[in-house]
Amino acid sequence: MDGVTQLQRQFVEHATSLYREGYLDDQFTQLQKLQDETNPDFVVEVVTLFFEDSEKLLNNLATALQQESVDYKQVDAYVHQFKGSSSSIGAQRVKNVCVVFRNYCDEKNLDGCVVCLQQAKNEYLLVRNKLEALFNLEQQILQAGGSVPMIV
Amino acid sequence: MDCNCIEPQWPPDDLLMKYQYISDFFIALAYFSIPLELIYFVKKSAVFPYRWVLVQFGAFIVLCGATHLINLWTFNVHTRTVAMVMTTAKVLTAAVSCATALMLVHIIPDLLSVKTRELFLKNKAAELDREMGIIRTQEETGRHVRMLTHEIRSTLNRHTILKTTLVELGRTLGLEECALWMPTRSGLELQLSYTLHHQNPVGFTVPIQSPAINQVFSTNRAVKISPNSPVARLRPASGKYMLGEVVAVRVPLLHLNNFQIYDWPELTTKRYALMVLMLPSDSARQWHVHELELVEVVADQVAVALSHAAILEESMRARDLLMEQNVALDHARREAETAVRARNDFLAVMNHEMRTPMHAIIALSSLLQETDLTPEQRLMVETILKSSNLLATLINDVLDLSRLEDGSLELDSASFNLHSLFKEVLNLIKPVASVKRLYVTLSLSSDLPEYAVGDEKRLMQIILNIVGNAVKFSKEGSISISATMAKPDSLRDPRAPNFFPLPGDNNFYMRVQVKDTGIGISQQDIPKLFTKFAESQSPASRNSGGSGLGLAICKRFVNLMEGNIWIESEGVGKGSTAIFYVKLGLPVRLNESRLPHLRLQPKLGQTSFPGLKVLVIDDNSVSRTATKGLLVHLGCDVTTVSSGEECLRVITKDYKVVFMDVSLPGTESYNVARFIHDKFPKRHEKPLIVALTGNTDKSAKENLLRVGMDAVILKPVSVEKMRIALSELLDHKKDVHEA
Repeated sequence: MDGVTQLQRQFVEHATSLYREGYLDDQFTQLQKLQDETNPDFVVEVVTLFFEDSEKLLNNLATALQQESVDYKQVDAYVHQFKGSSSSIGAQRVKNVCVVFRNYCDEKNLDGCVVCLQQAKNEYLLVRNKLEALFNLEQQILQAGGSVPMIV
Repeated sequence: MDCNCIEPQWPPDDLLMKYQYISDFFIALAYFSIPLELIYFVKKSAVFPYRWVLVQFGAFIVLCGATHLINLWTFNVHTRTVAMVMTTAKVLTAAVSCATALMLVHIIPDLLSVKTRELFLKNKAAELDREMGIIRTQEETGRHVRMLTHEIRSTLNRHTILKTTLVELGRTLGLEECALWMPTRSGLELQLSYTLHHQNPVGFTVPIQSPAINQVFSTNRAVKISPNSPVARLRPASGKYMLGEVVAVRVPLLHLNNFQIYDWPELTTKRYALMVLMLPSDSARQWHVHELELVEVVADQVAVALSHAAILEESMRARDLLMEQNVALDHARREAETAVRARNDFLAVMNHEMRTPMHAIIALSSLLQETDLTPEQRLMVETILKSSNLLATLINDVLDLSRLEDGSLELDSASFNLHSLFKEVLNLIKPVASVKRLYVTLSLSSDLPEYAVGDEKRLMQIILNIVGNAVKFSKEGSISISATMAKPDSLRDPRAPNFFPLPGDNNFYMRVQVKDTGIGISQQDIPKLFTKFAESQSPASRNSGGSGLGLAICKRFVNLMEGNIWIESEGVGKGSTAIFYVKLGLPVRLNESRLPHLRLQPKLGQTSFPGLKVLVIDDNSVSRTATKGLLVHLGCDVTTVSSGEECLRVITKDYKVVFMDVSLPGTESYNVARFIHDKFPKRHEKPLIVALTGNTDKSAKENLLRVGMDAVILKPVSVEKMRIALSELLDHKKDVHEA
């Protein structure tokens, strides 16, 4: 069972680092609490939904900002959506970028918006990679017959 | 005379006849030429008023001439014609000459008077010349005065004013020396302060009380003084033959507070300076009147200029002082603000820091109590619990009080059951009271409403504190608590003359009286009762514990509730009575009362809601799934829709609660709420509408409640929050439904 403990320790380290570095916040913990026997894949489902949603939104945003005359209302609506979903799963850094993004939209500052979009994309990719790594570890633990430790 | 005819040859012995002949001829010539000359010159002159006289005169002269001319023919024998002509001429001449003579009688006085007039005019012209000379001099003097004044007034520096005065006066009047003597501080001497030619006058002083000086000071005119008087002895004794005349004038030194616009102080100022002016020696110049006038005017101007300079100095000094004070005040204010901010920060931190461990201690100790313990352990745990409760109360009290002082404390306003509040107080106090064998009675008047609107927690705190004090300070006897609805006339209490309660339409005043038979309070202690930390010095109360804050806090709360509180006692050992009034609101009709933002009190509600049919509206798929998961975890039967329209299609009365994410675009949330209200008019059929929002604005919450939401929950929602919110919602609905 050494491998499992090793994996579990890795998992805990990875997870705590995510919280410590601000990638995830308390909301993610809440989501995890909702996962139980009746709903074993809840977190993965929600997170996958988030990934799909975000890809769509980011593409839409890129298109919207490339228009000749940018419709800031539309851009704002997308960012609002993005902010909503990221805060629902606790992707803190993404959410923070969205807040700044919205300010630029209000000011109709195209350069600021473009920069923010890039930042949002970066943050999203980062958090996606981290979450995928986390889920991988989870799978490995489960396959090795261990149980996933709870992070409080 | 023999008539001799004129012969070509003169008879040699008629010389006389010849001379006569020639003379007559010349006379005639002259006579004829004079009128010619007259006519010529008169024609030339434009103004000659006597032409007629001239004609007469001319005629007279011509005829005279004619007579003499005709004489020429009469030397020899002449014919009768000549005689006739001669006679005619003579007659005419006679007539004209008489007429002329008569005329001249009138004319000559006139002509003479012309001469007099000429003389008169000449005199007048000379006089006018003189006067003009004087005026010019005066004009020049005036110019000098103006120039001097301008020079003097162009500066506000006292030193410059005086120096300039002396210089300009010296220049204008051509003085040899000019000096200013100022009175010393003692007022007994005059000190030489400024002179024209000496740069730094060696401090000569001269006693004030000398006759010459008194004479000068007694009048505002310039006074001539002797060149030998002490104030004038400034010039180096160079053995000049004749010292120039000296004039002295007083310069009033006005005090600031003597400055009245229309009341030029004459006799109230006693301080004068002395200005001494000396004409050059050996110049035989005298002081002219206009020069003296100039000096007087200048002296006045100098006085005015000096006063202005003094005023300016004063006001500059005052302004500097004010600026300094301002700076100091600003500094003090900033320090005070910093101090307040520091204190608030400290309190905020300590609030959290102190409360967290306290809660941990209390929570864990109470948990520990539930476990199996030996009797000693149980005793220890109970002590720990009691002490930590006391400490928690103390912390809360201190923090409350400082918030109260800040004025940052706001009372809650919610509807609560007044009767059960009192009952709860009674229940809390009964154990302690029964241990001390005190009877506690409660009487609530029948007109006191059952429900009231106000701050339940703080009201409880007040009543508990008062009742607790009553119990604490009574060793035996009884405590009686009575609460009544205050009558308008009884609201004015003679003991509280500044208390003017004004019950309004939706408010009422409640009067609570707590009477005990305890140790009482002495008269001198009564005023200190509500002061912070002040405890009475009597030994009986010394050891009863308490921080001394309770009554102070009560008073603050009562004041916040627009009421009044006081304690009466007849003396030591005679018990005491505490009375307070507070203003509470009347609840609106119960079936319309809405729940405000849900209070998260840790009531033990339902832990799960099996089969509760709920609808979730959220256009964000991630957020929707998260909320669904949450509700599923709590056991609900969840349906999800992603837009308002879908919701309206799906909604039936089977759904008990609708969770709406209010970031729905536009006015959708409002429309959905409206639709639901309209579709289910009967209250017990209508699903509860709960808004989920991330907006922490108070006004946003109020708006949501106004458009028809039953409750508002702030995102992010935790499982606990959702559980509590749901259970409260459903409880309330049940209550309302059963009411």
